[in-house]
Amino acid sequence: MITLEHIHKSFQDNHVLKGVSLVVPEGGVTALIGASGSGKSTLLRCVNLLEVPQSGRVRIDDAVIDFSPGGKVPRNAILALRRKTGMVFQNFQLFPHLTALENVMESLVTVLKWPQEKARARAMELLEKVGMVAKADAWPANLSGGQQQRVAIARALAPTPKVLLCDEPTSALDPQLAVEVVEVLAQLAREGTTMLMATHDLRLAATIASNVVFLDSGDIVEAGPARQVFGAPADERTKRFVSTLTAQTTL
Amino acid sequence: MPQWLSLMIESLPSLLWACMVFTVPLTLLSFALGLGVGFVVALTRLFAPGPLVMLVRFYVWIIRGTPLLVQLFLIFYGLPSVGIVLDAFPAALIGFTLNVGAYTSEIIRAVLVSVPKGQWEAAYSIGMTWRQAMYRTILPQAGRIAVPPLSNTFISLVKDTSLAAAITVPELFRAGQRIVATSYEPLILYVEVALIYLVVSSVLSSLQARLEKRLSRYGGYIEAAS
Ligand SMILES: Nc1ncnc2c1ncn2[C@@H]1O[C@H](COP(=O)(O)OP(=O)(O)O)[C@@H](O)[C@H]1O
Ligand SMILES: [Mg+2]
Repeated sequence: MITLEHIHKSFQDNHVLKGVSLVVPEGGVTALIGASGSGKSTLLRCVNLLEVPQSGRVRIDDAVIDFSPGGKVPRNAILALRRKTGMVFQNFQLFPHLTALENVMESLVTVLKWPQEKARARAMELLEKVGMVAKADAWPANLSGGQQQRVAIARALAPTPKVLLCDEPTSALDPQLAVEVVEVLAQLAREGTTMLMATHDLRLAATIASNVVFLDSGDIVEAGPARQVFGAPADERTKRFVSTLTAQTTL
Repeated sequence: MPQWLSLMIESLPSLLWACMVFTVPLTLLSFALGLGVGFVVALTRLFAPGPLVMLVRFYVWIIRGTPLLVQLFLIFYGLPSVGIVLDAFPAALIGFTLNVGAYTSEIIRAVLVSVPKGQWEAAYSIGMTWRQAMYRTILPQAGRIAVPPLSNTFISLVKDTSLAAAITVPELFRAGQRIVATSYEPLILYVEVALIYLVVSSVLSSLQARLEKRLSRYGGYIEAAS
């Protein structure tokens, strides 16, 4: 289980996360929705500590880190916690100097020090899962956006993270390419992969999210089962936001 | 056989010997060591605390702002006045290494920062340490971008080693000068010396082109492709 408690994050005097507390239940998909600039990416990046919060607590399973202004956090603690997560970026960020297969193997070989053969076997399994075996030896630059994102998902899953953090995984893709990525993520959801996913894609959120969290200017305004938040939002702001999403999707 | 040709053939072995024994080792060693210096200086400028940054900026400023020939003279003829006496070859090696270090540090710094920040984040996101991210993710990409400018530095260096003649290193150019002193045929000898430099730099240029071609096999950055 992933727990965030009272997370505060500022960039200079821009107070982006204002004491966010959140529980991501294991085996479910939690969708993080909210307007652009509301702090979704920052919140995801505070889970794997690409951004270090000024204060609050991040817990993944048995790994806990408390942040406080001026407090020092040992690098090893950050690394240990981060290694329980995987991340899928909006713009894929595959390693361009490695093939698709090598991208997926990289964490296994470099971080976990697996032997090549074992890493290759695991990476091939993951490429199989995301439907990219045929392109195992392709360079990222020769793949479509949707294909790159599927390889990126396999890369993020390789070290068996406790939670997959997805930052708008389909928003850089044309709608027809987004479909293939949505399908892969839906399959992972059915298999019980724990995910925390920022998204603007109502189809993505509606098809795979079990829980929805609505973030507005760094505050969680509403959180609950997807059906409830989308179907009968309690807060006025959530209502407005959900209706803009619906309007976009029907275009 | 015309007299100029026989003179050229006669002097070729000693010129080639000087090239192989002094010019080539001086070039290779000072380039390799200079790259190491350049890498450390670049990392210092990018990641180290203020005072160290000031120190390496001062070094780069001095080296880039003064003539290489003056630097060589300072090391070989100047340092003995403060008790540091060096042989010609080590003096030249130090001079060229410092020079290569200063110039390549700027190149290395520029290519390191040209790798998108997202690549660091991707590396961190799969659990890499700073060191792993640097060596496995950032350097390979930066290295590829650095090949053309570093090759240019290298090819310039081959030619610049002729300056070592001025501090008595018996490299290719000085070997030519010696033969001129006895044969009184400067035109023939210096043309021959020039031709040898030309052959060496042309071979290096073609190697550079092949290396660039090989490195370009994986296409461009993802942003450029999508
Ligand atoms: N590295 C950063 N430096 C400064 N400001 C940042 C940084 N990252 C995000 N921000 C600011 O934080 C706010 C929230 O951004 P973000 O988390 O990206 O929102 P979202 O993902 O919901 O669009 C924005 O005002 C943005 O400008
Ligand atoms: Mg964002």
